[in-house]
Amino acid sequence: MAPKYHGVDFYALDSLLSEEERAVRDTVRTWVDDELMPVIGEAYIEGKFPKQLIPGMAELGLFGANLPEEYGCAGLNNVAYGLIMQELERGDSGVRSFASVQGALVMYPIYAFGSDEQKKKWLPQMASGKVIGCFGLTEPDYGSNPSGMITVAKETKDGWVLNGAKMWITNGSTAHAAVIWAKTGALTDANSIRGFIVPTDTKGFSAKDQKGKLSLRASDTSELVLQDVHLPKDAILPKSGGLKSPLMCLTQARYGISWGALGAAMACYDEAVSYSKNRLMFGKPIGGFQLQQARLAEMLTEITKAQLLVLQLGRLKDQGKMTPQQVSLAKRNNVNIATDIAREARRLLGANGILVEYQAMRHLANLESVYTYEGTHDVHTLVLGQEITGISAFE
Amino acid sequence: MKIAVCIKRVADSETRVKTAGDGKSLDDAGVKFILNPYDEFAVEEALQRKEKAGAGEVVVLALGGAAAQETIRTALAMGADRGILLQTDTVPADGFVTAQAIAAELKGGGWDLVLFGKMAIDDYNSQVGPMVAELLDLPCVTAVAHLTIEGGTVTAEREIEGAVEVVQCSLPAVITADKGINEPRYPALKGIMAAKKKPLEVKPVSLSGGAIEVLAMLPPPARKEGKIVGEGAAAIPALVKLLREEAKVL
Repeated sequence: MAPKYHGVDFYALDSLLSEEERAVRDTVRTWVDDELMPVIGEAYIEGKFPKQLIPGMAELGLFGANLPEEYGCAGLNNVAYGLIMQELERGDSGVRSFASVQGALVMYPIYAFGSDEQKKKWLPQMASGKVIGCFGLTEPDYGSNPSGMITVAKETKDGWVLNGAKMWITNGSTAHAAVIWAKTGALTDANSIRGFIVPTDTKGFSAKDQKGKLSLRASDTSELVLQDVHLPKDAILPKSGGLKSPLMCLTQARYGISWGALGAAMACYDEAVSYSKNRLMFGKPIGGFQLQQARLAEMLTEITKAQLLVLQLGRLKDQGKMTPQQVSLAKRNNVNIATDIAREARRLLGANGILVEYQAMRHLANLESVYTYEGTHDVHTLVLGQEITGISAFE
Repeated sequence: MKIAVCIKRVADSETRVKTAGDGKSLDDAGVKFILNPYDEFAVEEALQRKEKAGAGEVVVLALGGAAAQETIRTALAMGADRGILLQTDTVPADGFVTAQAIAAELKGGGWDLVLFGKMAIDDYNSQVGPMVAELLDLPCVTAVAHLTIEGGTVTAEREIEGAVEVVQCSLPAVITADKGINEPRYPALKGIMAAKKKPLEVKPVSLSGGAIEVLAMLPPPARKEGKIVGEGAAAIPALVKLLREEAKVL
């Protein structure tokens, strides 16, 4: 059995957390130890999201944990929410993705852009895990450029008709309800983008799992097809307007990803440290060799910097001062260092590092997706470039 | 049902502890403290009893330093209704002193049930529960792995050497919980938030020294390095020889 995970805290950052924040972190950490770690290896190999964990996750309050209590959510601050993401992704990026999508990409837009009726109808059911959601923005030909989307919503006299296709949709085949983004005006008019709540059993809606993934294997990723999907008038999220609405959701999710990737990095570092002390070669632990020490020193340095980054980002978010560009910096940095750390940990583990009983390679493969989704590393580079120079490199 | 659960803040058995400079106590620095795991069973049992009865109150009581408030809040986050901290500078080494303070607090409280963990994982004494029962003149069953309460009658199962002992007594009673009695819940996130708002009364107490003094606290002696005598069946004669002549266990 692997030794118990204690997290990584070289700069006594625990002292910057409140008692509640630590309690939340420790609860999720214990849950991940007890419930997720024993099943994740097999789920990953089988290529299945461990659905049996949903009720337990809901009972803990992991879905939409930073949304208000009146909707059945935990009403946590954003640092505590970030710590949840960190601990979930310490287990697996796919499981963290599941919670991110449910909370930041489905519950958040309903909370931010929905009517009172929509909030009362959907949020408590989603917090309790009875209704699982997915988020449909990306299309087969429109990933980094969502404003070009070709999914359309035509208004009829009694409602809406949606047509189009969405791609790379986490939870797509598991979901009971999808938040679908579509243009209500001309295809050239990105300002006409609106959000719709689509129950997945609506006629004309279908979801097909993407096969052959070598990453995020413990998470469902699907293609959605909407063919003459008829929706009532009140399916639209009334306060959504233009591309900035889904981008606001992505800012929420990316915030969580910045913390999550850090969790994966901490898991890999923890595993690498323990392995380096126990694995003997040339008659001494491999941790006694300079090359491995350099690896570990680099990992710890980057983890500590990344921890400070997200903690301050969370404090800014709680004060209402966080900017999307700051989120871009954190997502870009933390996923990048996590991917590097996972790769170095995998290498430190030698041949054992390719096995599923160790975590590093699973995290490495997962993080390659996290590097690409929710704004690729390159796109965030250009967001920062634009922020610095005032000149957009996109156009 | 009115239930008191007496809990203790202890060092996590997963943390590496060091003795302090005085050689008689633990160095707290860098040590993670947790709710004593056996007390977690006691808290869970109390919550389940209250939920089953549909009404009642679960009160958590701890004796210790100010930091023990955090441990009480863990129990409040699990679902207990309110907490009381008997605040002292140090937890006495003499369990009887602790028992006297707890009994004085519980006396006349109208408790149906007083729950403890069967022991604290720091001192392994298993004393305070039964002592409190004696001081309150209540029946006591220790190390209970299965508990049934019907009407005013408690039926408790204790796992003893090679058998299960079934014991009955009447309420009110003192029960100390063993592993297996239940599966403690995680403190849910909503519970953690709610715990902040639940009442936690801090009562300073001054305690007598008691009859026990800790003279020294020493780490266990380092284990000698093992010896590999060979591999496979061929190594057995050498192993048996060493076990007989060197280790003298055969």
